[in-house]
Amino acid sequence: MTATGPTARTAAPAAVPVTAALALGDDALVLSHRLGEWAGHAPVLEEEVALANIALDLLGQARVLLSLAGDEDELAFLREERAFRNLQLVEQPNGDFAHTIARQLYFSTYQQLLYTELAGTEGPFAPLAAKAVKEVAYHRDHAEQWTLRLGDGTETSHERMQRACDALWRFTGEMFQPVEGLEADWRGMEDRWLESVTDVLGRASLTVPQGPRTGAWSAGAGRQGLHTEPFGRMLAEMQHLHRSHPGAAW
Amino acid sequence: MATAAAQPTARTEADGAPDTARTAAYQRAFDAAVAADERIEPRDWMPDAYRATLVRQIAQHAHSEIIGMQPEANWITRAPSLRRKAILMAKVQDEAGHGLYLYSAAETLGTSRDELLDKLHTGRQKYSSIFNYPTLTWADVGAIGWLVDGAAITNQVPLCRCSYGPYARAMVRICKEESFHQRQGYELLLALSKGTPEQHAMAQDAVNRWWWPSLMMFGPPDDESQHSAQSMEWKIKRHSNDELRQRFVDICVPQAESLGLTLPDPELRWNEEREHYDFGPIDWSEFRDVLKGNGPCNEERITQRRRAHDEGAWVREAAAAYAAKHAGDTGGTGATRA
Repeated sequence: MTATGPTARTAAPAAVPVTAALALGDDALVLSHRLGEWAGHAPVLEEEVALANIALDLLGQARVLLSLAGDEDELAFLREERAFRNLQLVEQPNGDFAHTIARQLYFSTYQQLLYTELAGTEGPFAPLAAKAVKEVAYHRDHAEQWTLRLGDGTETSHERMQRACDALWRFTGEMFQPVEGLEADWRGMEDRWLESVTDVLGRASLTVPQGPRTGAWSAGAGRQGLHTEPFGRMLAEMQHLHRSHPGAAW
Repeated sequence: MATAAAQPTARTEADGAPDTARTAAYQRAFDAAVAADERIEPRDWMPDAYRATLVRQIAQHAHSEIIGMQPEANWITRAPSLRRKAILMAKVQDEAGHGLYLYSAAETLGTSRDELLDKLHTGRQKYSSIFNYPTLTWADVGAIGWLVDGAAITNQVPLCRCSYGPYARAMVRICKEESFHQRQGYELLLALSKGTPEQHAMAQDAVNRWWWPSLMMFGPPDDESQHSAQSMEWKIKRHSNDELRQRFVDICVPQAESLGLTLPDPELRWNEEREHYDFGPIDWSEFRDVLKGNGPCNEERITQRRRAHDEGAWVREAAAAYAAKHAGDTGGTGATRA
């Protein structure tokens, strides 16, 4: 049978909190996959390059993080949906370019804050965070620039960007649920995240969404292994070839 | 400044002369520069036909890069390991980058990217026919790297010495990246060939399907190639289609042996006398048919390209509107303000 538990078969080095490595690694893996879906479909050639670049950065982070928790390929290709620990935000389908940018803005702002904190700790994620935070700063800048262009571009782009920001808002509360094994000031990060996103949206002449930032389901969300319906189909596509050839090397 | 030696003389000679005399002097300077293997640069005088040939060729090359992203991107979401996924994603990204340099090289000849894309989308300009074949299995990603990129390199290495400077320089960088892709494709196939029987069969099947179309990438035989002679004279092209095709076959046969795979041509054998491999006849009717639009994926490739372009129109319009609104801002676009 395939590994379905978060610890898979390979034991992690003692010092690494597996839950945290999976949470961070799965965020990066899943968002990278979604961005990879843009290849050949981007609105302009420069964005083919930029989106692929961000996807590659995230995949690089995912590989380091998952390897801290076990075998990267077993974890990516042989876990069932319920064993993934990523945020629901990152698994949301690409939608139009505005949805992708809103997802990028929300997530990269969060990731930058979190990695900045982790880079300053003595913990096992500090080296990765210190390196990745530079990449993530670029991701956030890319998202910010497009949020400004779309929000303050044409009437159509403004409407689309507002709709995208609104639609993804309810997935943003989950980001600040503390993750076991990560030392961070979650409350403070949430305040800084809200401040930063509010500033960007304001400059883009967009309205900060008013709705709740979490769902009403008390069972939890992605960090507890509860995902949204599109995620299962994403994994089916991602895993099918690997699973079709059990034990094969690639 | 490649034509620095030739051009000022021509200019001096041409200044004040009647138009026809001036053109003749420019033409002599151009011919001399090409003959001396100097580079023609964007501001140099060049014959209209030379410019048109370059635009056609560079555009077709740029279009091939961006259409060529599709058959490979087809496997990004299904790559069977994270390492392979990273390699493939980087490769598809490189192709987008090659498209960018090449459209920029065409811009130096006075033709905009928008104009060229429009010609692609309306079928007035072509891309390499090879991308009208489908990628049916994961092994196709390897076969494209090994054979299609291998053929492309064989074609493109001589272009690094092409007489037109911006194109030659773009090709230097492109060839470096392509040779990476070729090795990655070879290595992917090697892993499959040495893997399980199913993986080996997958690799063999892919090579069987991609071999002949790859040979067709060098274009029609020399006696039927309509643009070749003039392009060779202008040093845009350095070797004939058949010469390059032969070079490619000679490289591939031993590589296939090392891979443990066969090439689907019963007539393939070493010819002592020629010191080259002989190979069987190419089915040029298939080539012409695919070129005419009847390949397995012609319709899909251009439809996806047009759809991406059309669906992205609102994004490009927004960026243009934003740039216009913020043209007066200090510190650039305004988007980069801290």
